[in-house]
This record gives sequence, C-alpha cells and structure tokens, in this order.
Amino acid sequence: MIKHLRSAADLDAATATLILDTAGEMAALAGREVKKLPTLRGRTVVNLFYEDSTRTRISFEAAAKRLSADVINFSAKGSSVSKGESLKDTALTLQAMGADAVVIRHPASGAPHRLAAWVDGSVVNAGDGTHEHPTQALLDAYTMRSRLGRLDGLRVAIVGDVLHSRVARSNVLLLTTLGAQVTLVGPPTLIPVDIAAALSPQTKVSYDLDSVLPDMDVVMMLRVQTERMQDSYFPSSREYSRRYGLDLARMRKLPEHAIVMHPGPMNRGMEITPEVADSSRSTIVEQVANGVSARMAVLYLLLGGKA
Amino acid sequence: MTSYLLRGVSVLGAASQDLALVDGRISDKLPADAEIIDAAGLVALPGLVDLHTHLREPGREDAETVETGSRSAALGGYTAVFAMANTSPVADTAGVVEQVWRLGREAGLVDVQPIGAVTVGLAGKQLAELGAMASSAANVRIFSDDGHCVADPRLMRRALEYVKAFDGIIAQHAEEPRLTEGAQMHEGEVSTRLGLTGWPAVAEEAIIARDVLLAEHVGSRLHVCHVSTAGSVEVLRQAKARGVRVTAEVTPHHLLLTDELAASYDPVYKVNPPLRTASDVEALRAALVEGVIDIVATDHAPHATEDKECEWAYARPGMVGLETALPVVLSVLGDRWDLIAERMSRTPARIAGLTGHGTDLNVGDPANLTLVDPSARRVVDPSELASRSRNTPYAGTTLPGRIVATFLRGEPTVLDGKAVK
Repeated sequence: MIKHLRSAADLDAATATLILDTAGEMAALAGREVKKLPTLRGRTVVNLFYEDSTRTRISFEAAAKRLSADVINFSAKGSSVSKGESLKDTALTLQAMGADAVVIRHPASGAPHRLAAWVDGSVVNAGDGTHEHPTQALLDAYTMRSRLGRLDGLRVAIVGDVLHSRVARSNVLLLTTLGAQVTLVGPPTLIPVDIAAALSPQTKVSYDLDSVLPDMDVVMMLRVQTERMQDSYFPSSREYSRRYGLDLARMRKLPEHAIVMHPGPMNRGMEITPEVADSSRSTIVEQVANGVSARMAVLYLLLGGKA
Repeated sequence: MTSYLLRGVSVLGAASQDLALVDGRISDKLPADAEIIDAAGLVALPGLVDLHTHLREPGREDAETVETGSRSAALGGYTAVFAMANTSPVADTAGVVEQVWRLGREAGLVDVQPIGAVTVGLAGKQLAELGAMASSAANVRIFSDDGHCVADPRLMRRALEYVKAFDGIIAQHAEEPRLTEGAQMHEGEVSTRLGLTGWPAVAEEAIIARDVLLAEHVGSRLHVCHVSTAGSVEVLRQAKARGVRVTAEVTPHHLLLTDELAASYDPVYKVNPPLRTASDVEALRAALVEGVIDIVATDHAPHATEDKECEWAYARPGMVGLETALPVVLSVLGDRWDLIAERMSRTPARIAGLTGHGTDLNVGDPANLTLVDPSARRVVDPSELASRSRNTPYAGTTLPGRIVATFLRGEPTVLDGKAVK
C-alpha cells in the first residue's frame, strides 16, 4: 500500500480499485446500528485545515471516528498558524504529538508534498490550492461505479472552471487510470494549457457543452466562482450560465441513464439550476454519503489495515 | 606587494607557459622573491564579471552581506560583480550606492559595482536620481529595477533616453506584470499538472519586443536581464539584425534546469523568471554560443532558510549561483575557453564600461584572473558554500571544473580553492 495520498496519480488501477472495493465494505457498515469499527483504535488522525471547509473536514472526521481513531482538529483560525507559525513548525509539532496520519487542506498547491517531508505519518491531501483533491475523485468514482456499475469505458464530462479546480485534476487522473474517457468542457479561458499532455493524453477538450452531452454517461458540474468575472475569464454570470450551465433543457440531451454530479458547494442558478440539482439524476447527496466511506477506506488502508 | 609566478599555466587553453603577476599587473619580468604557484594543468581565464548579483546588503544581512557575497564571488572565479538595487533601503540614491560601493571596497575580494534603481523605491512611478548615482563615487552606469519590470512604456522610454547623457544603460527585468499576476512557475504542461499559476513566456517576450523598439526609437542602449525563453531569443535576434543596441544575459540555471523540477514543490527551484522547458534551454544554449545572447550572468539571489523552507507559493524566488556559475557553464559549453571568457568576462565588462576587467591577460594588463582545474569534478554541497544562504538548486549534483585561485589586481583572493580572507 502507498504511504501518502497526495495526488490521484499516487494510485495505480489496482490500488484505486482496492480503495473503491473497501469503500463498498465501509458503506455496508453505515447501514448497521453500530457504525463503528475498532480498526484504528489508539491511532491518531489530525485534520489540519488551513481553509474553511466544513463539509470536507466533518467527512474526514466522521471517517476517522467510525474507524475508532483519535481525531484532532487543527484549524488555521484560532491556532498558532494565525500568529505566523510556518507549515514546517506545525508539522514538527504534529510529529511530536505522534500523528499517525495528517489530513491537510491548504490554499497552496503542493503543501501536502512539503508536509510529507517533515512528518513520519501518512499525509492525505484534502485539497491543495488549485492542484488536487484525490479523496473527492475517489468518492466520485465510487458514486459512478455504484450508479452505473462500471468505470471502464465510461464517458465523463467535467464542466466549468477546470483551470482553478483541484477536483477536476484529481478526477481526470483517477478516472483515466480506471479506464474512463474524460472530456473537459468550459470556456477556453478556464481550460488550462496543455491539459491533455499534463494529465493524460486521452483527455478531450470541448468548448461546446451542447454537442458533448448526448454522448455522456456522467456530467460533473464544477463550482464557478462569480469573482472569476472580475478577472475577465468570462463576461458575466448570465452569459456563463447560458453557455455552460446545466438546466433542464440541457439535461434532456443526456442519455436516459446518465447521471449529474457536483462536488459542492453549488452555486444554484450559476452552473446548475435547482431543478437539475434536485432531480433524480443528481447524485449530489449520495456523493456526500459516499465521501465518508471513501475516506474511511483511504485511512484504513494507508494506516495499515487489511482489506 | 607579493609577486606571483604561475608556473605552467594554460592561458585560455593555450600551451602551458609561466605567467608573472607583478605590482598588480601581468608582467614579463619576475622579481627573485616571487611566490611560485604550480599551475600545471590549470587554465587561466580573465577574472569573471557578473552583471547581475544580489548582495542583499543593506537590509537582508541574514541572507547575504557584501562581504559574504564577495567571498562567494571570488570562490566562483569572479573579480567584479554588479550589485542589484533591490536592497532595503533601495539603491535609488547616491547615498545607498556609495554605501554598497564602500562596503565592497572594505571587503576587498571583488570589485563591487552598484547598480542603481531606475525608479524611486522600484515602484515604477518616477525616475530615481540617475545622474546623481552616475556622478557619485560609485560611478553607476547600469540601472535596473530588477525584480520588477519597468512596465510603464513612457517611463521606460524616458529612462532609456535620460541615461544617454552619461552613457548609462537600462537593464530590464522583462515581465509584463498583468500577465504574471500570482505567477508561480512557467506556464505549460507542468504548471497545469501541478496546479501552480503559470508565468507565460509571452509576458517576457512582449516586454523585450516593446523595449527593443523603444531603444531603437530613442537610439539608446538596452540590456535584457535573464532571458529565459526561445521566443525571446528570436525577438533579440531580429532586433540585433536591425542594428538595435541591445545586449542580453542568460543565467546558468536557465542553461541547465527545466520546469519539471517544480514537481517536487521544493521552492529551491522557484526563481523569477521561472525555469522553462527543455526546448527553451536548447534555444538559450544555441543563442549563447551564437552571440544572440551576449553574456552569462548569475542572478545570484540568496534567501534565508525560512524564505525557502515553506510552501511553494509563499517562497521567495531566486537561487544562489556565484560559486557554481563557471562549473555549470563548463558543463554546457565544454572547454571552449575563449568563448567562456567572452561570455563571462570580456563582454560583461564591455557592456558595463568597466575598465581593468575582461582583458586578455597580456603583459601590462591588470592581473584580474582566475585559475580553473578543468579535470576536477565536484559534488555541490550547500553547506560548503561561502554564501550566507544555502538555496542552491545543484545540491548533490556533480559539476565539472574547480576554481583553484582568483587574483584581484595581482593579489590572491582565493588560493587552493579557499578564500584568502
């Protein structure tokens, strides 16, 4: 088993599949009355969050607690970090406290890579800057597999602000590893340069959402921040919605079986209309539930549990 | 003053000979009490001249001082360095440039020539008192806002024009600021993969293209700092073909390293302009050989440990380079000694109007020279650097050549590979 999960590229197909299978077993546990496993009793998992992200933090917290680990939440606000402590000094502190795993959310890309050099425990990337969010990709893949029965050969469109999206990067890497075909869709200003060469040569790029939809099994809408407008990535939120938003009319262009995903938090009315978000094709709430199972699987396997 | 006899030295790779250093000059006479240095197998080069050094004093003496930087330079084979103006306070007045110049004289290891800021506080708003710096004891001729681009085209035009009065030259850090907001590394495949904001090649090329046109329009001299892209080379080639008075430098690291190194997220590889692609490296090497790029300059940029031991985005850009520049250039150009002397000594001295450096080591020339053992190979160990900072990207790398001795006006600053003081 790998030691750290810093990038979805850390996972080969066998390891990724093992995590998804393990997540399935963890999900089965959620249906029981007692949801806890004793597996990580006596182990310490630190949630080191430099960005506000209640949903990701509580998902990791629930995952660690269901595995009976001791959980320490260390958030940048109200800690020594706001007094200017360096990441290295924080890492050495966590090291001294005997953290077996550090789950890190950080605004700077690559912070988990730096952290891994300073702690002995496992490092799990819970989102770093505009780089990656590998457990989100795992829970997304798990959700797709649960709904559609497979990943190999699946056609997935990821739509929106790919440039600034850590979710998109991790999904492209993981889905490609697992045999899916990814098409990135968005205005050219929000598609990063050389994306196929950077992540996987099979990745396709389109600027036309309407032409892509009829061929998709999955369409994943990314959150688009309205502030991008100030930087001229697009002229206005109305124009963005018209060209790249998923509304009912567009949803009808999808094949009958296709699902609609969103990593949250949504901008209802911007990249997705409420009718679509709340439709039966939407897996948005399921994704949240699956997040706990996927993160349980990651912690369980990284910390030496056996499948 | 001690006289020296360099026995069996090869001047610029020529057949071995004896070279006498008497009263600060190359001599054909030899006093009986001359100290004899066995220089068999060593190559003598004119003392290297660095047009782009950050010595950090005043202001960041924890990262480097004029003295430690001078020692680092001497150990790298340099006899003159030009100290960039982005100190604290900024070297934008006669007072500050004279302070740096005086500190250099006191250290006495290399000639430290201050570069003056183009604009007050490097703020890009208003010209600094360029004439006062030119007339000061420091005798400033090169002006640069390095670290910042003089982005305002009207201000750049005025600066280029104004310094003609005293044969000054503007050294431009070519970086269109609006195209590089938040930029962390070269924009391309690797930045996309790493999720780091890209620094597009066009941000450099657009400024160089504009500046060569401005220099042509007002008939001034322009020097382009740390050229880093293949596209910039083409812009320079065309400008030179038209007769524009433009010169350009490339750093050792842009001749050797690529953006792939950022994949470690280790900020020791973070530098501005950023490391580019392998095809850029290839174009820069060819341009240096051809002469489209005139010189190698180190952009020696010492940084305190805490400014590098952090997240990539929060780290300061820059690498130390004085002690590894010649070995890196040797690894790139091979033992083309005359070309190395041209690119690292004669031409930089000529661009700067610096007399007494970059000579051919003929009888009567000032004895500013360095002795290199081309057969030696060394593994770079950051802890052995004389610089106060450790941010070398070459830790653990084996590089050819060892600087055995350096002489400044006939006095050794380095002997047996060690600084004399």
